[in-house]
Amino acid sequence: MSGVRITGVGLHPFGRFGELTGTAMGVAAVRAALAEAGIGVGDVQAAFCGTAYGGVAAGHRVLSSLAGTGPPIYDVEAGCASGGAALQLGAASIASGQHDRVLVFGIEKMPKGIIRSSFFAPWQEAAGLTPAPAFFALRAQRLLAETGLTEDHLAQVVVKNRGHGVANPDAMFRKAVTTEEVLASRLICEPLRLFMLCSPNEGAAAVVLEGRGDGVGVAGISLRSHLPGSVLGEDSPLSGIDDGGLTPPTTLAAEDAYAQAGLGPADVDVVECQDTDAARELLAWSELGLCTPGGQAGILADGEALVGGRRPVNPSGGLLSKGEPLGASALGQVVELVRQLRGHAGDRQVAGARVGLAHVIGRGANACVTVLVA
Amino acid sequence: MCHSPHVAPRPIDPAVLRIDDDGITLLGGWSPSSGLRHFPPSPVCPFTGADDIEPVDLPRTGTVWLHTTVTVAPPGYSGAVPYGLGIVELDGDPGLRVVTRLRGEGVARGVAVALSGEEVPGPDGEPSVTWTFHP
Repeated sequence: MSGVRITGVGLHPFGRFGELTGTAMGVAAVRAALAEAGIGVGDVQAAFCGTAYGGVAAGHRVLSSLAGTGPPIYDVEAGCASGGAALQLGAASIASGQHDRVLVFGIEKMPKGIIRSSFFAPWQEAAGLTPAPAFFALRAQRLLAETGLTEDHLAQVVVKNRGHGVANPDAMFRKAVTTEEVLASRLICEPLRLFMLCSPNEGAAAVVLEGRGDGVGVAGISLRSHLPGSVLGEDSPLSGIDDGGLTPPTTLAAEDAYAQAGLGPADVDVVECQDTDAARELLAWSELGLCTPGGQAGILADGEALVGGRRPVNPSGGLLSKGEPLGASALGQVVELVRQLRGHAGDRQVAGARVGLAHVIGRGANACVTVLVA
Repeated sequence: MCHSPHVAPRPIDPAVLRIDDDGITLLGGWSPSSGLRHFPPSPVCPFTGADDIEPVDLPRTGTVWLHTTVTVAPPGYSGAVPYGLGIVELDGDPGLRVVTRLRGEGVARGVAVALSGEEVPGPDGEPSVTWTFHP
């Protein structure tokens, strides 16, 4: 993925914004990214919009609000990885020589509470077989049973990310929490408690990609999907087989992205990863090659994943602090990493960061990993 | 099985389970070429893509692999909460892990469980029967 540069980023904060539409949030993020790149909407040759709940032609509504119709506009849905999928397509269109300059953005305005998905048949919903937090909890149960990690480790992830979120003005939750508070929060599906689960919410993020010039480089990016066989895969099948020999989509995407970048896990200075729930973050660490299964305990004990530690994870506060607007969350991670790699991350700056990794995974077992280089 | 004596029990989806004089049966598929069972039945083996699928009645017994409790009703569900949800490894070879409701005392990892029916409002709000496992 050589020669793809990010020359402008923009973000609409993640949170709850009443009557404000997803289109309006998208307009704010896109205008900020275009302004940073020093270009107008008429200067982009294509636009890629990630959204899961935005409806028909969601990206077109944003660009038509900016009088930006004319170039091709692609609306991209890949569950929680929608923004990553849009970025992958945008980057590929430049790497292939098709375009010199494109816009990639993500928008979402989610209802409160457990996410409803047209993915499931009505009878599955009626039978009570579709609650996302329960599937997160089952995956967490397995992680604890197979690695010796404990509920205390899950709580430590929340403490870390909520602590980071205090320094992020674009986050939804900016209050630090203690391990005791996390473990005393309401039990949703054991072992997961309220503070261990992210909130679906609203927001937008945008980046301008160009084939030349200065800027953070997209050194590698890969989307991998569907893992046949695992009953705990994000594609939520009703049955599965022994998945011990199967490579998870996150690992497949990471291996692709590392290979494209000519880098490995040891080269990564800062990570933004999917923390839909606290266990998902710990699983991501091992699936991304940042540690061995069970090695998470040592990283937590030594504070390595804190800002100021050896390799901070989710310095933005993660989804646990920001909330998760599905189409925008992956690009929100990229905006954060670009700011980190430019040295513009303020009180949450990771000193000397040169290589960043962004990771999302969600419905359809869509996993996207992006490697960015200063 | 708990259903009104005046109303014939109606499976929540007739393609997924059968109710007859033997009680409730989960309907699966078996692919001889892939050597694997799956649930619910599909025209193609979801694990290998093979299409030599034969219908198979799945075992009524198994072992709890993972379990949790649902405390908040998910969208589209109008039955009672809380309820148990988990994954049961069905008896027999080759192995098959099935997502299921769980009920009764003593549900824990590794505990032997058996299949039964449980009444829930169907998608149309009328009573229907889905499956559950219990110790």
